[in-house]
Amino acid sequence: MSAELEAITRNRELIETVLEAYPEKAAKKRAKHLGVYESDKADCGVKSNVKSLPGVMTVRGCAYAGSKGVVWGPIKDMVHVSHGPVGCGQYSWGTRRNYASGTSGVDNFVVMQITSDFQEKDIVFGGDKKLNTVLDEINQLFPLARGISIQSECPIGLIGDDIEAVAKLKGKEHGKTIVPVRCEGFRGVSQSLGHHLANDMVRDWVLEKAKPVFESTPYDVAIIGDYNIGGDAWSSRILLEEIGLRVVAQWSGDGTLAEMEKTPLAKLNLLHCYRSMNYISRYMEEKHGVPWVEYNFFGPSKVAESLREIAAHFDDVIKDKAEQVIAKYQAMVAGVIAKYKPRLQGKKVMLYVGGLRPRHVIGAYEDLGMEVVGAGYEFGHDDDYQRTAEVVKNGTLIYDDATGFELEAFAEKIRPDLVGSGVKEKYIFQKMGIPFRQMHSWDYSGPYHGYDGFAIFARDMDMAINSPVWQMTKAPWKK
Amino acid sequence: MSALRQIAFYGKGGIGKSTTSQNTLAALAEMGQKILIVGCDPKADSTRLILHAKAQDTVLSLAAEAGSVEDLELEDVLKTGYRDIRCVESGGPEPGVGCAGRGVITSINFLEENGAYEGVDYVSYDVLGDVVCGGFAMPIRENKAQEIYIVMSGEMMAMYAANNIAKGILKYANAGGVRLGGLICNERQTDKEYELADALAKKLGTTLIHFVPRDNVVQHAELRRMTVLEYDPECKQAQEYRTLAQKIHANKGKGVIPTPITMDELEELLLEFGIMQKEDINIVGKSKAVA
Repeated sequence: MSAELEAITRNRELIETVLEAYPEKAAKKRAKHLGVYESDKADCGVKSNVKSLPGVMTVRGCAYAGSKGVVWGPIKDMVHVSHGPVGCGQYSWGTRRNYASGTSGVDNFVVMQITSDFQEKDIVFGGDKKLNTVLDEINQLFPLARGISIQSECPIGLIGDDIEAVAKLKGKEHGKTIVPVRCEGFRGVSQSLGHHLANDMVRDWVLEKAKPVFESTPYDVAIIGDYNIGGDAWSSRILLEEIGLRVVAQWSGDGTLAEMEKTPLAKLNLLHCYRSMNYISRYMEEKHGVPWVEYNFFGPSKVAESLREIAAHFDDVIKDKAEQVIAKYQAMVAGVIAKYKPRLQGKKVMLYVGGLRPRHVIGAYEDLGMEVVGAGYEFGHDDDYQRTAEVVKNGTLIYDDATGFELEAFAEKIRPDLVGSGVKEKYIFQKMGIPFRQMHSWDYSGPYHGYDGFAIFARDMDMAINSPVWQMTKAPWKK
Repeated sequence: MSALRQIAFYGKGGIGKSTTSQNTLAALAEMGQKILIVGCDPKADSTRLILHAKAQDTVLSLAAEAGSVEDLELEDVLKTGYRDIRCVESGGPEPGVGCAGRGVITSINFLEENGAYEGVDYVSYDVLGDVVCGGFAMPIRENKAQEIYIVMSGEMMAMYAANNIAKGILKYANAGGVRLGGLICNERQTDKEYELADALAKKLGTTLIHFVPRDNVVQHAELRRMTVLEYDPECKQAQEYRTLAQKIHANKGKGVIPTPITMDELEELLLEFGIMQKEDINIVGKSKAVA
């Protein structure tokens, strides 16, 4: 208890110190985004989902990143057009490890970068004609693509192109689904609005138009908000199938258009990334009566808890199988923990990630005897921080839309044993002598979901923290 | 050759900017000045009286055909008309699509880079209606027009637009060197028009540089796609434009940083001249039936 009180006091002081560096107005604003969680409070007590301060280094993305990069991009049998000048598509090409099976150019287009490559004349005269041509060319080049999404870059919104009219016209002509998404980067405060807009377009241009028919079973579920980073959805799917469920759709990692269309016939939607896909889950609940449940497949404790919770929505057959599956993996889990816990026990972690991981991975660290001492979201909302309050410990430092300066200052003072964040942070912290793992991309590793994923997760964290390289960061004369 | 003078004509849409500017520039050409007209209106009608053409090929339409503006040569877009006045139309998208403002920026950059301004005494920009976005403010930015002439009349909306344009000039006056050259009142035969225009000019800190009377000969010339100067050089109206041209020529370096007024002040001005009735707050928002 005294250690927790100490942490609260230290973290409060730390926040004060950090705020002192800002001009008065900036300090006042940033103060609302920084806090220390206290166990008697209902939420983390930080403000979120507002505009970043000019002049600070924020790692947030834009609405285009949220729509093209996160929600739509992984749908593998559609071609996703980065509509506008070449840069947005080019520099976001292949930056997310959403794995997809299939043959490139036939039933899998995720590795491609397709752009309308706007030129000055398209800005001046409008780009709709060019979009028409681009859509025709895609249809010619990739006749097996099931559909196309149009991901708007900033200029589309500035010049007011009518991409909906083009989508409607070409959709009719090609007899395929063409989805216009107005995810211009200047909209909203972060990539979060892009998720929402992308969800809304799935609703309006896919679900509202689809007439799905298939032989359903009482055990049909859909995985929602799993982007199959390093194969996460695959290692999740194994468990769901083992407990007797039939996974009819994956949204959107390794997912297809047909899977999206069929999801309203599922019995239950399983929502992993709440932030990016709660919107469409709520819609399917209202419109199609498909309930949804949030789950967490990081670390054996949460996996077991989630399997039981999911099974509780079904009959005893599933409930029994869930218990059997949990039991089946106990030996494997015990082996992983026996190997790594002694090496990781008591290690402190600071997390700064995106939509769900700052709270979802806490259980996995705790299974390894580690402790999360700081957590924050790039683009979380109030409901994310409420959910976070349920899993963080008393005295945890909370930082919303953290600035580069804040993260460095916090890490310098706290000296955690591991920082989990993105590639933009990675080398900063490693140069500070702090072990680091990328928690967006799993640092070229993964999957981390499910029991199989936990074994990899444990190995990776050990590899980062206990790497012999850290022995060599001390100057020889300071031995 | 004296230093290049760059001027621009702004004003409310339909006020007669293009007509006034072309007639005035024709008169300047008569005085021996070498002139380049840069039309900055997607309608591309700023040079028709000089070229006797319906509309010339524009920079942007040719650029779109050729692929990009880099594929164009100056001679593709530069036409010569009455008294060797050189004419370029920026052009732009059809109404309702694209970004005409970006088009103006593209065209002006192209003209400058390709030496369209070499060997002329005057460059005159003719800009559409109002300064609606950054693109249409291009001619008043640094190193572009030094003096702006606002074409207006005694009508309330024309005066309102004139005041707005003055605001645009003020914005760029400190950063760049743009100045307000003066107001040109194109007579509409409204009540106390001269007095009102003169009063507005004073409020804006400038002068009513010329009051151009209404004369049907302008329309007669226009039907023939000609300036009055060319159609009927001896008529009284041609003399008016010559006077205006001389005044503009003599106005070099005499532009001012405008002092635009508030909407309330503008309304007071109209009240003062009896153009507007005192607003009765009790009738605001009430339909005929209710009143």
